[in-house]
Amino acid sequence: MTATALAESCYARIERDDPKIGAFLTRSKERALAKADEVDQRAKRGNELPALAGVPVAIKDVLVTEGTRTTAGSKILGNYIPPYDATVVKRLDAAGAVMLGKTNCDEFAMGSSNENSAWKPVHNPRDLSRVPGGSSGGSAAAVAADMAVVSLGSDTGGSIRQPAALCGVVGLKPTYGRVSRYGLIAFASSLDHVGPFGKCVKDVAAVLQVIAGRDAMDSTSAEVAVPDYLADLEKPVRGLKVGVAKEYFGEGLDREVRAAVESAIQKLASLGCEIVEVSLPHTKYAIPAYYIIATAEASANLARFDGVRYGFRAQGVKSLSEMYRRTRDQGFGTEVKRRIMLGTYALSAGYYDAYYLKAQQVRTLLAQDFEEAFRKVDAIVTPTSPTAAFKIGEKVDDPLAMYLADIYTVTANLAGVPGISVPCGETKERLPIGLQILGRHFDESTVMRVGYAYEQG
Amino acid sequence: MKVTEKDVAHVAALANLELTAEERARMVGDLNSILGNIEMLNELETAKVEPMSQVSVCSKDGAMREDVLEGLRKSLPHQIAMANAPETDGTFFEVPKVIER
Repeated sequence: MTATALAESCYARIERDDPKIGAFLTRSKERALAKADEVDQRAKRGNELPALAGVPVAIKDVLVTEGTRTTAGSKILGNYIPPYDATVVKRLDAAGAVMLGKTNCDEFAMGSSNENSAWKPVHNPRDLSRVPGGSSGGSAAAVAADMAVVSLGSDTGGSIRQPAALCGVVGLKPTYGRVSRYGLIAFASSLDHVGPFGKCVKDVAAVLQVIAGRDAMDSTSAEVAVPDYLADLEKPVRGLKVGVAKEYFGEGLDREVRAAVESAIQKLASLGCEIVEVSLPHTKYAIPAYYIIATAEASANLARFDGVRYGFRAQGVKSLSEMYRRTRDQGFGTEVKRRIMLGTYALSAGYYDAYYLKAQQVRTLLAQDFEEAFRKVDAIVTPTSPTAAFKIGEKVDDPLAMYLADIYTVTANLAGVPGISVPCGETKERLPIGLQILGRHFDESTVMRVGYAYEQG
Repeated sequence: MKVTEKDVAHVAALANLELTAEERARMVGDLNSILGNIEMLNELETAKVEPMSQVSVCSKDGAMREDVLEGLRKSLPHQIAMANAPETDGTFFEVPKVIER
């Protein structure tokens, strides 16, 4: 099969199914077909092909793409055409991947259901009345519905792992510093990560192999050698110590999700993993700490959207300051404004110590929890999400209930440790359930190896 | 600490947001509900805990580099840098009047 035929078949699938699902915001067919042709010509000449030659990928709309509209799911960037490619996009391109288009997401990656997209919601391919999760809902749905083979998302509090779980695909959030964020439209810089989605762990490992590693354009990317992830998948899991923390199995965890995760843990034991009880005692403080830190950073990062250099500008204004206010008011959606307000409040005079500093101190405690636990175990397994996919509209009026959808995923962002979600069964209503596997800093190999062994076992 | 409508107006001004009366009322309720949950952090004694602003696993040299003339990549050509401007005369970004007389 040629790369061109594969790309065409993906577009045919998008044409047929995406009107119901809503995973794509922009298609980049011209760029895709040119790339596919380049791959095909190379193959015809008998030249060696790069690692992802001809692989159709979908890119979350928070990653900038040269010449292809990038909106971050927001009206304020409704007509933004970036002048450059994000490093991860450039690396995929150099590896021969074919970019099909840009995927729908919650506005500025703020949300857990994709309902905060300024353009349209994404429907879960498994049940169209339900959310795909968020914020990378379009990237998860595109892979789940076979409209793309792999995709990229971003994860600030669970935005790759939670939609992966809800859509029944694999999603990986790498270690902080593992993958460049140059060209990622910033939400909360100390928590933002870029990572892959795929149908199986191997696909995710193949994409990580290409995008991982130091990038001079991102000073937070780490100078740590990138291992051979695909080779590492095949190493045995027998004897690995896998931790289970009771804090991730408390109140609010759906009964069917609990049963599926517990049986996955049994399966890991039967594969030769040693199951060890660990404690992460500060887990319940993760959501409040996260929502202070994430919104504080967001309030600073989103200050750049002022209607001057790019994006939407409000009309009919008389002064510069009125233009700023009107532009931001008309350009941002409700959740984004709510988070800017919360973050600004937490950073404002008189509240900084009580909220922002306090949250940063609690973050230290959460990171220490993981340090302690990873002295005893090689990986920790938890549910990815407390429930399977909920109904569209179900939580839209209750921001706090929506925030709690991230209860098991925000901890890894605060501590910077890698995590993967792999499918581990279904509810009676046939909704996918995800198993989360967390690991030590820069030990994506072990996280993926456990996921792979579970998947193959 | 209870957020009032006055606090919301003050914070909205700091954030350069112009909320409608309806949005302002809703924001008071939402912020109080979210901050109510955040109060939970006060259960923890943190006086002796260092704050964490960044995951510190990254290379320490990573943040520093030699200062070079061309930087890490060439600057964007002027025309391309201006291409997304909502209003421009081709050379500068145009904005409404800054100083009121």
